[in-house]
Amino acid sequence: MTTTEVSVNLTIDGQAVSVPEGTSIHMACESAGTPTPTLCWAENLTPVNACRVCVVEVEGSRALVPSCARAVEDQMVVQTDSPRVRHSRKMVLEFLGSSVDLSQATDLAEWMRHYGADPDRYDQPDLPAERISEEPKIQDDLYIRDYDKCVLCYKCVEACGDDAQYTFAIAVSGRGFDARISTEFDTVLPDSACVYCGNCIGVCPTGAIQFKTEFDMRSAGEWRPDEQEVTTTVCSFCGVGCNLELHTQDDQIVKVTSPADHSVTHGHLCIKGRFGWQYVQPPTRR
Amino acid sequence: MADLFIGDDTADEIEIAAVAAAVGTPTAVVRESERLVYGGIHRRRDHRHLLLPALHGLQNAKGWISPGGLNHVCEVLQVPPAEAYGVATFYEMFRLDEPELGPETTHVTHVCVDAACQIAGNEELIAEFEARGAHVHRSPCLGQCERAPAQFHQGIGRPDSVPADAVEADTVPADAGPADTVPADAVEADAGPADTVPADAVEADSVPADAVEVAVKIPQQGGPSLRLLRNVGVVDPTSLRAYRANGGYRALARAIEMGPVAVCTAVADSGLSGRGGAAFPTGIKWRAVAAEQGRPKHVVANCDESEPGTFKDRVVMEQDPFAVIESLTLAGFATGAENGWIYIRGEYPLATARLRNAVGQAREAGLLGDDAAGSGHSFDIEIRRGAGAYICGEETALFASLEGFRGEPRSKPPFPTTHGLFSEPTAINNPETLINTLDIVLNGAEDYRSRGTERSPGTKLLCLSGRVSKPGLYEVEFGTTLGEVLELAGPLTGSGTLAAVLMGGAAGSFVGPDALDMPLTLEDTRERGTTLGSGVVMAFTDEIDMVAVAVRIAEFFRNESCGQCVPCRVGTVRQHETMVQIQAKGSLSAQRRSLVDDIAEVMVDASICGLGHTAASAINSAIALGLLPEGGHDDDH
Ligand SMILES: Cc1cc2nc3c(=O)[nH]c(=O)nc-3n(C[C@H](O)[C@H](O)[C@H](O)COP(=O)(O)O)c2cc1C
Ligand code: SF4
Ligand code: SF4
Ligand code: SF4
Ligand code: FES
Ligand code: FES
Repeated sequence: MTTTEVSVNLTIDGQAVSVPEGTSIHMACESAGTPTPTLCWAENLTPVNACRVCVVEVEGSRALVPSCARAVEDQMVVQTDSPRVRHSRKMVLEFLGSSVDLSQATDLAEWMRHYGADPDRYDQPDLPAERISEEPKIQDDLYIRDYDKCVLCYKCVEACGDDAQYTFAIAVSGRGFDARISTEFDTVLPDSACVYCGNCIGVCPTGAIQFKTEFDMRSAGEWRPDEQEVTTTVCSFCGVGCNLELHTQDDQIVKVTSPADHSVTHGHLCIKGRFGWQYVQPPTRR
Repeated sequence: MADLFIGDDTADEIEIAAVAAAVGTPTAVVRESERLVYGGIHRRRDHRHLLLPALHGLQNAKGWISPGGLNHVCEVLQVPPAEAYGVATFYEMFRLDEPELGPETTHVTHVCVDAACQIAGNEELIAEFEARGAHVHRSPCLGQCERAPAQFHQGIGRPDSVPADAVEADTVPADAGPADTVPADAVEADAGPADTVPADAVEADSVPADAVEVAVKIPQQGGPSLRLLRNVGVVDPTSLRAYRANGGYRALARAIEMGPVAVCTAVADSGLSGRGGAAFPTGIKWRAVAAEQGRPKHVVANCDESEPGTFKDRVVMEQDPFAVIESLTLAGFATGAENGWIYIRGEYPLATARLRNAVGQAREAGLLGDDAAGSGHSFDIEIRRGAGAYICGEETALFASLEGFRGEPRSKPPFPTTHGLFSEPTAINNPETLINTLDIVLNGAEDYRSRGTERSPGTKLLCLSGRVSKPGLYEVEFGTTLGEVLELAGPLTGSGTLAAVLMGGAAGSFVGPDALDMPLTLEDTRERGTTLGSGVVMAFTDEIDMVAVAVRIAEFFRNESCGQCVPCRVGTVRQHETMVQIQAKGSLSAQRRSLVDDIAEVMVDASICGLGHTAASAINSAIALGLLPEGGHDDDH
């Protein structure tokens, strides 16, 4: 961002704020010190504004507005903590909690407490609320997909497609509550277009897509994030110069990420950087 | 081409031929496309918009879309298979698993399960078909609510058809009496392979004029007060000559004399508002598109008509298709758009055939094409079929669907007038809105305003169904009361008394018998907390199990949610569960009642599109009117 931009004046929860033109309401809130929950938004992806957890009330607008996708306008009056906003955010979190496994969506737990979300209130002893119920897809040694945990944020689809990888190995299939992230005809990954760049793993906010190492360690009760160290290095496989973050536990590399704000990678890597620490070979089919 | 990964399954000859027939020979396809052409707008252009026609071709050829067939389409159109699969699984009419159909199976019978058919014995009809071994698909509203219980035959290796169309010429449909008798044609339809007459196959050009003349299409047929429906049942819908002999294409000629600016002014002055449900002023929309310069522009007729209880556009398209073509051409002229599109729901085979026939004849007569109708303006029309998805009637979802993507709506702004089809300026209108403009241009805004009320000028098409003895399509002036309209449709059927009227469809709301004095205008319905919506007026008597109706309305929204946003994807499921709970427990407890309100509030406030915004409306109104039992049990939760 250059400093020559026109600035826009608005109020957020009664506080006057001035930000460059084109800033999203969400970023304006952040700069005003008002944190906003997000789920489908990421700085390195095009906003799909599908989850609606970031909604705010904008004076003059009948429905609530997704703050991640709407640009600020001069003299806008934004409420982030009105009863309507609190209700909608709470309900979105409750709806997700009542239908998918959020146990590894660590950011959300705090927000759920904040808004008093009670996902259990939809269950009745004789009439349980319907949940997404999927077995983990373990189809190779590199990463797994567990759509039990999927909140359908579209991030993996975007990372695999137009926003980074241009591979289009996965897409949303089905409709409504039956919508799922899928390859064509649910083909196993090794038979699909997937090139194992792992960019989908990098963006997934709920652990629905994760390294096989992490999945196995979690299953064995050996995943201890508190003990993990992160070392930043430059990938040595080619000359592009991607930043790698090596996550180690007990001196073993357990996963590899890349910073989303890195000018070369924007968080995205290829199979060598992402999985090269294991071995470079075509994934084996289970 | 190197970039597109396509699996090993291959198509057979039948599938290859079906795809070729649907998209033409693949010569025009960009085979050497670079990786980057998949990015941005290029992905939307090229040949992607042929995806839906190609999928229709496959589905029709085999009764399902096989992995090999899908791969072939992906190769021809250069679409990633995962995306094509995502698109195919979005639609009700496409199957992606091999059905167990005998080789002699000619069609799958869709039977409607929505309200008008639900209270007209649809379950008995389904049971009867299933007992005879027919392949039955339970379908949302088929847009034939006046013929409840309605059916549609999805053909396999032969065209789709509607049994009622094949016999309409010599039976009297509209005022034949209560609809709960199993129609004769329905009984015979599934008896064997040879029996089904693919209606539109024999239909399109060959209906003898006199047969059309005697058939009763609408209860008010030929009435002197009819304006929008004056041709229905009177003028041969298959003949441009007949249409012109009855005043057709005079409005377009007049528009060309007036010029685009004056046409937009007339439409604005008339006070015409959209008839697709949202009632947006048409003149403002047209002027906004007319003002856009420098990019290709589009006009789209939104003929997806899938709101439960709505069948008006079907009747207009079937019985007066040239009026739709003429008015869309007029819209193109007024807005300066060269491209006309008709997106018609997939379950309307006769309307599709009649529109195709009309476009063909208009083209031949020079009324479409370069210098359309001598206007100096180039304009042509493409017809595209939907494939079973209520959400594709939402304008931004319709664009995505037509472009070959999943029919998912997007947030507005930007609006279609600047970012519509292919992200280009687009005027999208309901066909009823469009045909109104013929009258406005021909007779002037002032004459138009002499009918209806100050704030709701003109006439309105109303779809009467439910427990009325003369169900069908009616045209009345705005301001006619609900009671007067119900009287037109004759005494109630059955022995009950009026309990409620569903206004505006599943996205509308119920009103009680105390609303019979309500004038049907935009302003009066709004004031009373209801809506005219798409013109649905469905009558329910106190003999009807309203809990079952509410359960089905909730199920409709649950099934039709595109699934994109959380409030609607999950909210419609939770709402459905609360309705099922009423059914199971006999009443709605105070605690569950507050849950219903909580769910409704987030769907209204935070959903992306109108489907989520209105998904709780009918149910809330049913609760407010006391149609659903409340109190009683409390949860042990
Ligand atoms: C879920 C949903 C379904 C819709 N279905 C239709 C439809 O089938 N036909 C239609 O004309 N408009 C439909 N609409 C309204 C369109 O989005 C749009 O407002 C309309 O086509 C504009 O035309 P008009 O101004 O002539 O009414 C639907 C809207 C929603 C939210
Ligand atoms: S690993 Fe890369 S190519 Fe494979 S699905 Fe994920 S983003 Fe797409
Ligand atoms: S798998 Fe993860 S990234 Fe993909 S949609 Fe689901 S939650 Fe989002
Ligand atoms: S409101 Fe429903 S139909 Fe509309 S975008 Fe959201 S999920 Fe899709
Ligand atoms: S984060 Fe804004 S809609 Fe999902
Ligand atoms: S056709 Fe059955 S409700 Fe419309």
